[in-house]
Amino acid sequence: MSVPAPAPRPAAPNSRPLRIAVPIAVLLALVPLVLPPYSAILLAYGLVMAIGALGFNLLLGYTGLLSFGHSAYFGVGAYAVALMVKYLKITSMELFLVGAVVASVLITALFGVVCVRYTRIFFGILTLALSQVLWSLAFKFFWVTGGTDGLRVPTPSLFGGLVTGAGDKIAFMSHAYYYYVLIMFCACVALMWVIVNSPFGMALQAIRDNETRAEFVGVRIWRYRWVAFLVSGVFTGLAGALWVPLNGLTTPDIMHWTFSGEIVFMTVLGGFRSFAGPIIGAVVFNYLKTYAVGYTVYWQLLLGAVLVALVLSLPTGIVGTASRLVARFQGRS
Amino acid sequence: MDVLLIHLLNSLLYASVLFLIAGGLSLIYGVMRIVNLAHGNLYAFGAYVTAWAVGSVAAGASVPVWLVLLPAGALAAAMLGAILEPTLLRPFYRRAEEYQLLCTFGLLMILEDVLRFIWGPYPLSASTLFESFGSLSVGESIYPTYNFLVIGVGAAAAVFLWAFIYRTKFGVVLRATSQNMRMAAALGVNVNRVYIQAFTLGCFMAGLGGAIIVPSQSAVLGMGVDALVLAFIVVVIGGLGSLEGALVGALIVGFVREAGITWFAEIELAVLYLIAALVLLVRPAGLFGRP
Repeated sequence: MSVPAPAPRPAAPNSRPLRIAVPIAVLLALVPLVLPPYSAILLAYGLVMAIGALGFNLLLGYTGLLSFGHSAYFGVGAYAVALMVKYLKITSMELFLVGAVVASVLITALFGVVCVRYTRIFFGILTLALSQVLWSLAFKFFWVTGGTDGLRVPTPSLFGGLVTGAGDKIAFMSHAYYYYVLIMFCACVALMWVIVNSPFGMALQAIRDNETRAEFVGVRIWRYRWVAFLVSGVFTGLAGALWVPLNGLTTPDIMHWTFSGEIVFMTVLGGFRSFAGPIIGAVVFNYLKTYAVGYTVYWQLLLGAVLVALVLSLPTGIVGTASRLVARFQGRS
Repeated sequence: MDVLLIHLLNSLLYASVLFLIAGGLSLIYGVMRIVNLAHGNLYAFGAYVTAWAVGSVAAGASVPVWLVLLPAGALAAAMLGAILEPTLLRPFYRRAEEYQLLCTFGLLMILEDVLRFIWGPYPLSASTLFESFGSLSVGESIYPTYNFLVIGVGAAAAVFLWAFIYRTKFGVVLRATSQNMRMAAALGVNVNRVYIQAFTLGCFMAGLGGAIIVPSQSAVLGMGVDALVLAFIVVVIGGLGSLEGALVGALIVGFVREAGITWFAEIELAVLYLIAALVLLVRPAGLFGRP
């Protein structure tokens, strides 16, 4: 896919990313100790969405494929957990995560075979159509999925039953579960960093920048795109699985294509041309949406206006704009 | 036999409205290469305006007045389109498709709430017009007369559009721009004007679809998003950018939906999406699309 804006090359493996990441991780770990429980829970939502957006951006930012169907994989993760609770009476979070990963591998492998044969607008429409298949199944098969009422998911037990949610649910969510999400978040960020800086990640970027050249160099485009699709979907599925206990309920809304639109929104908000963009975008979007919904019934109008203004004036997102400002400042001094 | 005839009429009813929505979407894509995610909201806008005009403003009037007011929704949607294209879409033609999709997605969110802001969260109905038409007996069953009007408008729109695109000078310019925008511009076509005309026409069709269907079913929030997804299925089956494709796709989706509602209600939507996915696999550009 030809995109005019030059992509910043990821720096060669050195200690700089760690010097930035470790203080941030420490700050995030301090949040439940310093801030009230509500803030911690809100941030946990943001971190969960960040995992999903990070996965999504492997396709958009690194492979150049705009998926409008990532709600499906988020939903697969969430419903996998909810169905494990309903039919298997499982409460262990680790088993939930395994189940969600297995389910999203199966679904993304299947959808990927269909979707990666196309690029550009057709890829977008095809991913959208397939995600809507799952949405309509979740919506119509109410005796399995609960229909629009959704399925309830009780508080899970963490670390193989070492930590259980008995007692105060808010305290559990804002402390034990927050740290659980934070650990998963750090692991996912580290894993994604390794992936995009591996030869595989470089090959994806080569495909994005020039498909024909990449093919000439010997990159098997179809297979690389398929694996990228798989990894991307599994990250988003994992986010769905982490999201469900936090929310306590899963409804077909999270499978609807407008939720895919929100995932695209947060990624572009942060900036899809950088590694940290989707993470920052997801956390900011989560705050933005929470406050917009609390502030006015016309929150969609507010967010829509933000989105239009964003793509009109700041197409590189928060991270892109910030790094440009920093560069200008450093150039002057 | 009568039951089959009723099913056939219902399918044509769906197909008429779907053709108007999807035809507009396809026309806009064909000429401007933009997939307008807010297209369904223009359909909803048309429905709301007509429901408001017929059901509230002129509620006490008679049938002829209502019929005159019926196209109000289509005209309002066309006007909205004529405002939106130069202000919001024009800056995006030179940029990557991602930004165009995002801009129209933002527009979708905005328009959804604009409808809620103007007309409130409750359904708006214009059923008096629907009821005043009464019903006809089809064999031993009865069928609402108004639905024949909808089917007629859908058929007339298809014929007019065909004549417009293939038999007028404007149609030639439109097709030329669609095939090669740069060449058309080099030959003296005012591309900006063609774009605004095509977008307005597409929005007019969507608004007309909303306007004619609203007397038989109320205007509700969210109808635009639902309609957009069905319109996507239609254009994927028929081929993005092809009007013949939109017509055939609308007929296919109309029949499958009617059959689905009768015999396999649970998986009706899933079957539609699977048909769309199958068509894309076999013919990536759709049944009538240019590869």
